[in-house]
Amino acid sequence: MGGKKESYKNVLTAIFTVVSLAYVFPVVLVLINSFKKKTSINLNPFAFPNAKSYVGFDNYIKGIEKIEFFKYFGYSLFITTASVLAILVLCSMCGWYVTRVRNAFTKALKFGFIFSMVVPFQMLMFTLAKTADTLHLNTPVGIIIVYLGFGAGMAVFMFSNFAQSMPLEIEEAASIDGCNPLQMYFKVVFPIMKPTFVSVGILEIMWVWNDYLLPYLVLDIKKYKTIPIVIQYLKGGFGSVDMGTIMACIVMAILPVIVFYIACQRYIIEGVVAGAVKG
Amino acid sequence: MEKALKKYFPVFVLPTAAAFVIGFIVPFIMAVYLSFCSFTTVSDAKFVGIGNYIEAFQDTTFLHSVLFSALFTVVTVILINVLAFTVALCLTKKIKGTNVFRTIFFMPNLIGGIVLGYVWQLLFNGLLSYVNRTLTYSSVYGFWGLVILLSWQQIGYMMIIYIAGIQNIAGDMLEAAEVDGANGFQRLFKIIIPSVSPSIVICTFLSLTNGFKLFDQNLALTAGEPSRATEMVALNIYNTFYGSTAAYRGVGQAKAVIFAIALAVIGVIQMRFTAGKEEK
Repeated sequence: MGGKKESYKNVLTAIFTVVSLAYVFPVVLVLINSFKKKTSINLNPFAFPNAKSYVGFDNYIKGIEKIEFFKYFGYSLFITTASVLAILVLCSMCGWYVTRVRNAFTKALKFGFIFSMVVPFQMLMFTLAKTADTLHLNTPVGIIIVYLGFGAGMAVFMFSNFAQSMPLEIEEAASIDGCNPLQMYFKVVFPIMKPTFVSVGILEIMWVWNDYLLPYLVLDIKKYKTIPIVIQYLKGGFGSVDMGTIMACIVMAILPVIVFYIACQRYIIEGVVAGAVKG
Repeated sequence: MEKALKKYFPVFVLPTAAAFVIGFIVPFIMAVYLSFCSFTTVSDAKFVGIGNYIEAFQDTTFLHSVLFSALFTVVTVILINVLAFTVALCLTKKIKGTNVFRTIFFMPNLIGGIVLGYVWQLLFNGLLSYVNRTLTYSSVYGFWGLVILLSWQQIGYMMIIYIAGIQNIAGDMLEAAEVDGANGFQRLFKIIIPSVSPSIVICTFLSLTNGFKLFDQNLALTAGEPSRATEMVALNIYNTFYGSTAAYRGVGQAKAVIFAIALAVIGVIQMRFTAGKEEK
């Protein structure tokens, strides 16, 4: 009986090994092709690079020098880091406030935030881009405000949900000890809220880093592009940029994500579960 | 305490509220108003009543995109959830390599839709080149291409939620059932599936909205080709705004309002569903 169960488990492991290899195949295929000459990518993407088609890191060098990939990597990194930090700090403060102070205004605000969560981006894309343009928010710094505004709904919702479950006694005790609200936020509320910070942070990072349409419409894209915009732009210019360079840029776009994933895997998976279940 | 906190309104609430006004409230009100206008820029808007909505419903490309999205959503919701649940069942049996498999299945989620679209384009076009075709040869290829891409991306995400649900089932309940002589199927349908029904609700609605709202992958993989046959709702709205016919922006905005209402209805049904489940 036990032996039968063991062998059945081994069969499952074997099946999943094959499926896993198939699962990573599309990404590996791009990696392989990023070392090939453009003509052999078009002719036969499934062939391994051989003496004739292998170009070493040429595609990567072209991607870095001609496309200036690192410049756009920098914009993506700055916009993601700054926007997510702004969302985390300001929305957690706001979420705590609207939970503790109950009046008509905070009620209306809370309703607005929840309402904004179901509105798809397409509904606002034209008018949001227009508003951002009018207010000169079409720069990497300005777009932070756009992300804070458009992303506030989910973040405030999750923080205020968590604040509801926090025991009032701790805050009351701190207030008797003479804490003002700012001290209270940083010394008492912030440490208790840490798990929510991790989930919201992960969800927002995934959103902003991969977002294409919002930055494409809001940013002045002659000057500033993020990674998804560059990739779309490269492919859009049919033929003008060679396939080898595109493959290298796609690898350079995926690599940091995989490094980030492997480094923070536990938090990412926990964050996703918490976000899905509460959101 | 509440009194002291109230004085700190400018610090705690004002920045987020101001950004929310800029990033949501103002564009939202403008968007609703403009859906009743004919315009190319905001300044030349002329009120035309519900004309845009009538035109939207007469636009065959829009109706086609709605049908295409609906069919796509039905297929992906079933495929993603059945496969994700099956994988989750297998990966909670303590088999060797479980952690590695979970890590791999979840990975595609973190990569953006645009990048993934091009990754799969290379693979699909490479395969189809053996029969001398490309992905944009027929909308059938595009449809299944998108189905495979989105399933590949989302199965890992839903799997994680299902695993969390399955691990919450009390072990002794399953053991008791086994002692009572329940076979694998009975345990699956009488215990496991009823116990994870909250996860099933969450995953169904998540995959429903994800399928319906799909944009990046659609743009990158097929861009609606051939001749707008694989255009989904979000891309259709985008093309109405920014395609060659900018004069139809009013119609685009009306389509976007219809799209938002449809998603809001799904959202309300979901809230009813989850609230009902919690009461039980």
